Amino acid sequence: MKSGSNLERVIASGKPAVTAELGPPMSADPQEVIHKAKLLKGYCDAANITDCQTAVVRISSIAAAVLALREGLEPVMQMTCRDRNRIAMQADLLGAAALGLRNCLCIAGDHQSFSAAGKLKGHPGAKNVYDVDSIQLVGILKKMRDEGLQEGGDKLEVAPKFFIGAAFTPGGEPMDYRPYRLKKKVDAGADFIQTQGIYDVEMFKSQMEKVRNLGIHEKTAILGGIIVPKSAMMLRYMDSSVAGVSVPKPLIDRMMKAKNDAGTDKKKAKEAQEEEGIKIAVELIQQVLEIPGVKGVHVQAIEWESAMPVILKAAGLYPRPTFPDA
Amino acid sequence: MIVGKQKPFEEIWNMVKDFKKVLVYGCNTCVAICHAGGGKEAEIIASMIRIKAAEEGVPMEVKHAGIERHCEPEYFEPLMEEVKTYDLVLSTACGVGVNFLSERIGNIPVYPGINTEFFGAVPQAGVFTELCAGCGNCILHLTGGICPIARCSKSLMNGPCGGTNKGKCEISQEVDCGWYLIVERMKQLGTVDKLYAIQQPRNWSTARDGGPRRVVLAHIQDLEEEEAKKES
Ligand code: SF4
Ligand code: SF4
Repeated sequence: MKSGSNLERVIASGKPAVTAELGPPMSADPQEVIHKAKLLKGYCDAANITDCQTAVVRISSIAAAVLALREGLEPVMQMTCRDRNRIAMQADLLGAAALGLRNCLCIAGDHQSFSAAGKLKGHPGAKNVYDVDSIQLVGILKKMRDEGLQEGGDKLEVAPKFFIGAAFTPGGEPMDYRPYRLKKKVDAGADFIQTQGIYDVEMFKSQMEKVRNLGIHEKTAILGGIIVPKSAMMLRYMDSSVAGVSVPKPLIDRMMKAKNDAGTDKKKAKEAQEEEGIKIAVELIQQVLEIPGVKGVHVQAIEWESAMPVILKAAGLYPRPTFPDA
Repeated sequence: MIVGKQKPFEEIWNMVKDFKKVLVYGCNTCVAICHAGGGKEAEIIASMIRIKAAEEGVPMEVKHAGIERHCEPEYFEPLMEEVKTYDLVLSTACGVGVNFLSERIGNIPVYPGINTEFFGAVPQAGVFTELCAGCGNCILHLTGGICPIARCSKSLMNGPCGGTNKGKCEISQEVDCGWYLIVERMKQLGTVDKLYAIQQPRNWSTARDGGPRRVVLAHIQDLEEEEAKKES
């Protein structure tokens, strides 16, 4: 075992892994994290704790991860390259490991101008750091863990033992280069990969074929990203505005139909779309898990953690594996 | 070239309004090309200040001048005596020019008339784009001649992030994704396999991160010394 994390154990067991997502609040109150952790516990093998997602200040990933851990939910701390240079990153990694965190996902992070897609003020005037990029960060974690060395070469008395993750946007442009970029992440040391949300399963299949031809799937555990759709509007937005995501028209039509069939009652229309959204998520999970080389799913029920139990049960992914000595 | 942009006139007025004898001092190289601070622009700014001063009833003498370059002493030395008769120089040179003149002019303040933006080129009339960030360790041979440091909003070194959208950067539909351009260019050159290799963390000390930089050419210094000896 590289880290001994629950996620690593599930992946090593050969059973499909399930990760979820927990977004920390814009608040100093721990209750929201604790509440979400309680909802997710038992319904995933580990939950990503986002790092100031959408470039908005929230409880830090490490602090929220520790709050989740105390509730018995294994966290995957996320670390973006946007806010820290390599000194701060490595200091935080040592601290995170000392606090008991075992998984870390390395990502570039949304640019500081993103400000929740303009919905919040954010801090568009912040300095952007990007001392290292996500692939270099993966390499730094690996060097710390496996060689007991800092990036600069100084020795670490006790190395931080992280299960190292990275992201993959199969539908991102230029699409023919994406599998090669994924290979770089894996060569740098990524033990697991979570993909951007997949609605276009055919596209993902063809990208996975290229991934397999490069032998990447044997060196890392690829978890297909599933973003649980809540409404036809959300699917349309994802299709038109989220980079690297395309939503096939039949899926949008299905959601539209659920909405229209519910009539003019807004509450009913909402419920009908949510029900359809859960069905779509379950189907996507099953289709994605059938693709050779896929070792699990990363299910994001954004601000809708309560949907996880239903989805997992319907997808045949409940109960989650447990390990007696853990 | 160095690209600059005129400051809002309100800001300029607030800088100059308490002075009695002002020289608006243009630079006729880079910032003239980008219509920000050449002799012509200095003349226009000077007349705007004069008009505003008259409107506000502020007695002020405003003149303008322009020289070829503000970043080498030989260009501004000949005019120095006259320049020193003003009580403010509003320089429309780039920040380099403002700094350089400021260090040499004695007790007279030199204020900036423009905002210095970046090193750029002129893809079409009236458009200027940033193409190099002066990092001190050029890697353009690895990236198809397109700079990931200056042209990727995150200065990524190992390929495009997940935010690239229809060839544009996640920060704006107006900004090309530098990495999209790099990959496409390298495909065209048949060298895309160079992008399969991992670029390790950079040593940024050659860039501004390492502190103010100097380039010293010993052989040129020696030559100058020899010349000086010969003359004496
Ligand atoms: S690599 Fe450095 S020197 Fe070369 S173009 Fe980019 S910023 Fe300029
Ligand atoms: S979209 Fe392209 S240019 Fe913008 S940050 Fe990502 S890789 Fe860089």
